[in-house]
Amino acid sequence: MQITVTVNGQPYTRDVEPRLLLVHFLRDHLALTGTHWGCDTSNCGACVVHLDATPVKSCTVLAVMCDGHEVTTVEGLERDGELDAVQKGFAECHGLQCGFCTPGMMLTARWLLDNDPDPDEGRIRETISGQLCRCTGYENIVRAVRWAAGHEAGRAAAGEGAREGTRT
Amino acid sequence: MTQDTSGTTTPMGFGRMHRKEDARFIRGRGTYVDDVRLPGMLHGAILRSPHAHARILSVDASAAEAYPGVRAVITGATLETLNLAWMPTLSADVQAVLATDKVRFQGQEVAFVVAEDPYTARDAVELIDVGYEPLEPVVDARRALDADAPVIRDDLEGRTGNHIFDWEAGDRAQTDAIFERAEVTVAQDMLYPRVHPAPLETCGAVADFDKVTGKLTVWCPTQAPHAHRTLYALVAGLPEHKIRVISPDIGGGFGGKVGIYPGYVCAIVGSIVTGRPVKWMEDRSENLMSTAFARDYHMRGEIAATRDGRILALRVKVVADHGAFNGTAQPTKFPAGFFGVFTGSYDIEAAHCEVTGVYTNKAPGGVAYACSFRITEAVYLVERMIDVLACELDADPAELRMRNLIRPERFPYTSPTGWEYDSGDYPRALRLALDMAGYDKLRAEQAERRRGDGPQLGIGISFFTEAVGAGPRRHMDILGLGMADGAELRVHPTGKAVLRVSCQSQGQGHETTFAQIVAAELGIPPDDVEVVHGDTDQTPFGLGTYGSRSTPVSGAATAIVARKVRERARLVAAAMLEASPQDLEWSVSETGGRWSVQGSAGHGRSIQEIAMAAHSNLELPEGVEGHLDAVTVYNPPNLTYPFGAYVCVVEVDPRTGQVKVRRFVAVDDCGVRINPMIVEGQIHGGLADGVGMALMQLMAFDEDGNHLGASFMDYLLPTALECPSWELGETVTPSPHHPIGAKGVGESATVGSPAAVVNAVLDALRPYGVRHADMPLTPANVWSALRGSPLRTDLAIT
Ligand code: FES
Ligand code: FES
Repeated sequence: MQITVTVNGQPYTRDVEPRLLLVHFLRDHLALTGTHWGCDTSNCGACVVHLDATPVKSCTVLAVMCDGHEVTTVEGLERDGELDAVQKGFAECHGLQCGFCTPGMMLTARWLLDNDPDPDEGRIRETISGQLCRCTGYENIVRAVRWAAGHEAGRAAAGEGAREGTRT
Repeated sequence: MTQDTSGTTTPMGFGRMHRKEDARFIRGRGTYVDDVRLPGMLHGAILRSPHAHARILSVDASAAEAYPGVRAVITGATLETLNLAWMPTLSADVQAVLATDKVRFQGQEVAFVVAEDPYTARDAVELIDVGYEPLEPVVDARRALDADAPVIRDDLEGRTGNHIFDWEAGDRAQTDAIFERAEVTVAQDMLYPRVHPAPLETCGAVADFDKVTGKLTVWCPTQAPHAHRTLYALVAGLPEHKIRVISPDIGGGFGGKVGIYPGYVCAIVGSIVTGRPVKWMEDRSENLMSTAFARDYHMRGEIAATRDGRILALRVKVVADHGAFNGTAQPTKFPAGFFGVFTGSYDIEAAHCEVTGVYTNKAPGGVAYACSFRITEAVYLVERMIDVLACELDADPAELRMRNLIRPERFPYTSPTGWEYDSGDYPRALRLALDMAGYDKLRAEQAERRRGDGPQLGIGISFFTEAVGAGPRRHMDILGLGMADGAELRVHPTGKAVLRVSCQSQGQGHETTFAQIVAAELGIPPDDVEVVHGDTDQTPFGLGTYGSRSTPVSGAATAIVARKVRERARLVAAAMLEASPQDLEWSVSETGGRWSVQGSAGHGRSIQEIAMAAHSNLELPEGVEGHLDAVTVYNPPNLTYPFGAYVCVVEVDPRTGQVKVRRFVAVDDCGVRINPMIVEGQIHGGLADGVGMALMQLMAFDEDGNHLGASFMDYLLPTALECPSWELGETVTPSPHHPIGAKGVGESATVGSPAAVVNAVLDALRPYGVRHADMPLTPANVWSALRGSPLRTDLAIT
């Protein structure tokens, strides 16, 4: 069946099987391979993307359910050549090793900061607790999110409108 | 380096530096194996056995073959005609690629479908009809050698039982004699349960056989690309120069991506048969059920000691569950890996261990999951035994350890089983860990809590010594391949460099660390060094990354090849300066590296100037070739011996059995640290592993051999909520024989931490008379232990 999904601001129209998972739609049909997958049971969160500004596990959403909706993936975090504060935070604080969980972690972190600009450690841990990282022991992911919270005040003031428009 | 957000400058060598590889990963621009897409690529899926042990009566693939979109169905019978139904393992055994006679574990590979898209391939797998005659499985390793146990490997000539090997180390007579006259002896049975490394990325491959050129290219996330290439040449009989193995970005390995899996071979055969590229990706259940598990050591430890706590001897017996095929990946002469270092960090007079390997109806593996070739099991054994002894003597576990640690003046220290520890100051590391933890205060709080019936405090200590960086080639090889690694360094005319190494990162940040080693040796910025790895057509031969060997072996090769370049540069500089090479001295300042005439620093040339001159029309003396490029192969003279002292603090609720890790203090000594940020990250990850294995990661089997941990719903991995904020400390004792004094750290924390967590939980349970319970210490297990009957965690909980 034919669907139109807006991904990272760009509409894509494709013919897909009704059973096609969103994660496969993004990876195999749109070649957006930044979104990963790591399990069959909705446990790992490697596949997290935003669906209309809410994080979802894209292995647990059918592509057809996204018809007429907006999806943001890791490829959409960078704006006009400027990295998102969350991306900078992950690099700055060594919040990634193999990088496989990273896109999902960053999208969840982005959502958290959009809703709570100054989350404490407990809130961050709870928010990412539906996602697994096998490399970092989480410590530096938490630090990365804290770093991002501390470094986006100026940017938020300057670009508040744009961010609000697409993310909340 | 990634976009520098802090304005800090990168060091001209060692030090904290952002990772070069992060620029692609934070943008979603890494290339993992499932991201590889080739024109005309087909997709494979594997049909797996539902039974743990069954005879195959028939395989009917006709419906699958007729299914629209299917391009090939490959069965064991197909492979037999190609002589590929069985492949050699890394332990002188064979393993079925696709089963022909019997299936020997649940999840074993039976048939392979190649189709136009992955969904179709999976649909068609369902259409293959296999007739099975179920057989009694061997599930309990402790019963595998019973006279009436079914014989699993009747494919092997003359096999009448499930025995694989007996291996021993140490001096039995001396050890027994000490036990006979010892004032105190304690014994404890313990299981290091089967676990799975479960990297977040599963295994997979893309195979592309070009009929015209005869060249096979295989993309797969392998930790050892060169070893894979040689094995493919030996197994498939393909000429080795016509095989290219590309290991792209890897989403975690931890030892689970060392061996060759049947799916890789199937993808290759699929490509040869169809003439098109074939991708195969396993899903998570397949990954947990069929790829390399780790541990599964059923151990009995015994300590002989004096009443005042001097440990005299250690005796160990092990039944090692190797699964249905002996596929452990370790140096040939070491069937029990490096378990022989089981005397750990203690100065013990005599020791002896015996290990018996057995077949069971479970997946093969055994050496994986950051275990440093079984040192995980060895450390766990000795560290649990020390606590059992402390219990017996009513001694403080910290004092008991301090009393028996190998003293600094004893290094280099030869252990009773013949290992030569290179360097260490153990008491210093333990003291630092205890100070950081505030040990005495914790004991006071514990005493206070013991007066009530609320959550109890447990304080667990573990001291580990690792033996990594395998290894000296006269002792260590894998399938006859010596464990040496090559490095090649090219310096371009403008002084920028390309380093090619045989090891392969799975997240360890080699592109950064190895650039820093070159930077330190040549006095050029790390950003001027490109690191190439993971492609056998582009890198020198070497055995790859596992057993914490990248820095000890490839890191050493990198330093040495850079020194060769530096020496070549000296000759060129001498020509430039019209001086004798012996009169030049090397220096690295903030502006970079230079050769200058001794005593007149101004009279010199920078490495970049020398590089340009080396490629120019400068007149060079007789015997000086020009250019600066160099190659080397590093044969480690010995292993390196990182060590550390860990303190874990837990709260255990005796009413529910719930364990909460409150703190974890880790003091690591891995010698010289190249990039402390990366080292600390590696330690963090390993500590989380320890929490997971000790408390959560349950991989049991029911009586029919059904795998009870085959998804992330059942095989629980630690999340951010189970992990505390890690508290790290360090001491630095350089390795005396490594060119930069580094020892390797990738597995230290995974090796050292489980014992600390378990010791902590059992310390909390001490007033309840619980001396031991096996991992994982789930609430159910702790609760049962409190009631006097801890669970057997390898079998179904009934
Ligand atoms: S792939 Fe694991 S939760 Fe989606
Ligand atoms: S960085 Fe490897 S899984 Fe998180």
